[in-house]
Amino acid sequence: MTDILASLLIMAGLFFFMAGSIGLLRFPDLYSRLHALTKADNLGLGLLIIGLALHLRDPLIALKLLLIWLAVLAAGATSAHLIARHARRREKHV
Amino acid sequence: MNATMLLIFDALLLASIIGLAWAALASADARRSVILFIAFGLLLAVAWGRLLAPDVALAEAAIGAGLTGALLLAALQWQPRKTADTTNSEQPTHTLLETGFRWLVTLLCAALAGMLAWSLTQIDAGTAKDALANAVAANIDASGVSNPVTAVLLNFRAYDTLLELAVLLTAVLGIFALGPAQAGYRIAGPVFSSLTRWLTPLLILTAGYLLWVGAHAPGGAFQAGATLAAAGVVLRLAGRDQIGLPRGNALRIALGAGVGMFLLVGLALFALGRPFLGYPPAWAGALILLIETAAMLAIAATLVSAFIGGQPTEEKTRC
Repeated sequence: MTDILASLLIMAGLFFFMAGSIGLLRFPDLYSRLHALTKADNLGLGLLIIGLALHLRDPLIALKLLLIWLAVLAAGATSAHLIARHARRREKHV
Repeated sequence: MNATMLLIFDALLLASIIGLAWAALASADARRSVILFIAFGLLLAVAWGRLLAPDVALAEAAIGAGLTGALLLAALQWQPRKTADTTNSEQPTHTLLETGFRWLVTLLCAALAGMLAWSLTQIDAGTAKDALANAVAANIDASGVSNPVTAVLLNFRAYDTLLELAVLLTAVLGIFALGPAQAGYRIAGPVFSSLTRWLTPLLILTAGYLLWVGAHAPGGAFQAGATLAAAGVVLRLAGRDQIGLPRGNALRIALGAGVGMFLLVGLALFALGRPFLGYPPAWAGALILLIETAAMLAIAATLVSAFIGGQPTEEKTRC
């Protein structure tokens, strides 16, 4: 039962990654591409990590995975912000 | 079924690695090449993971992809960006030499790949396949650690690691010969600053964890040193003046700590009538931890010095 739930979560996570990658490739401008990318990082990785934690059933590994997710969330959000701000400033100069 | 899936995964991984390597080399824009190189390094780390070599995977991800990528990006930033007309005017004089050089590198790489492939067939054909692994497994109890990679790096072949650290020390002397470090970046905005505030302690903590866990699981001085250096890189990017590097004599001690501690332990054992770096089994674990701690500090200081691209300016903290 847990394994089925874990598989579903992992597949849902992969779906978000795929959607994010397609968005990154297909969206017209930098801001909407960043938008697509952060969805994959935040939700996709989160679902993947919950799925993996359920599958492995080890609280210590689950804690490490959670920590990885939080670090990626913060790093992803910050770098998206930095890239967007840089692009915005350059637009103003032009 | 499972094996087929893994085979497909491996094939995709290999194709991606080769594709990324090709794209990185073929790209005309240096910045694009560097970014592709970082992606290449990350996939290479996955490949090492698939080869059941998590220690190498960690080192590749931390040093190969992470820090080398940061170094290359920093180097690109100091380099004035090539504009279209300068490349055009210089091209005719360069082309012949460049083409020759590229072919030379290609041939040397091909020769290396051929030799590696040949030695792989020899390993599979010969009886020596697991002889080395068996020898390590037979003596692991006397090594003071239970992670075979650390046992080889810090005990059975400690001499090699000592020389590797000496190479790093030589490299940092070369970096210092470039003169004072580049000027830092401007102070980061509130978003990046607040990330730095909790990411830096977390990186230091992770480095300590990797160092400690190296005794019985994948990890060790090199991975820990790279993680510690990453904290310095983050601080540098956030525009902090003090990036965790000590100044003056303290910096010299930190840079020489790896080789110094190795030699100190080796010579002390020598004086006690044991072979050079031949730890007594009862003390091996503690001595390895001591050397690895010093090595971690030296590796981190070396990598951060490389990132700032020169000798940190002394006592000119605020300007």
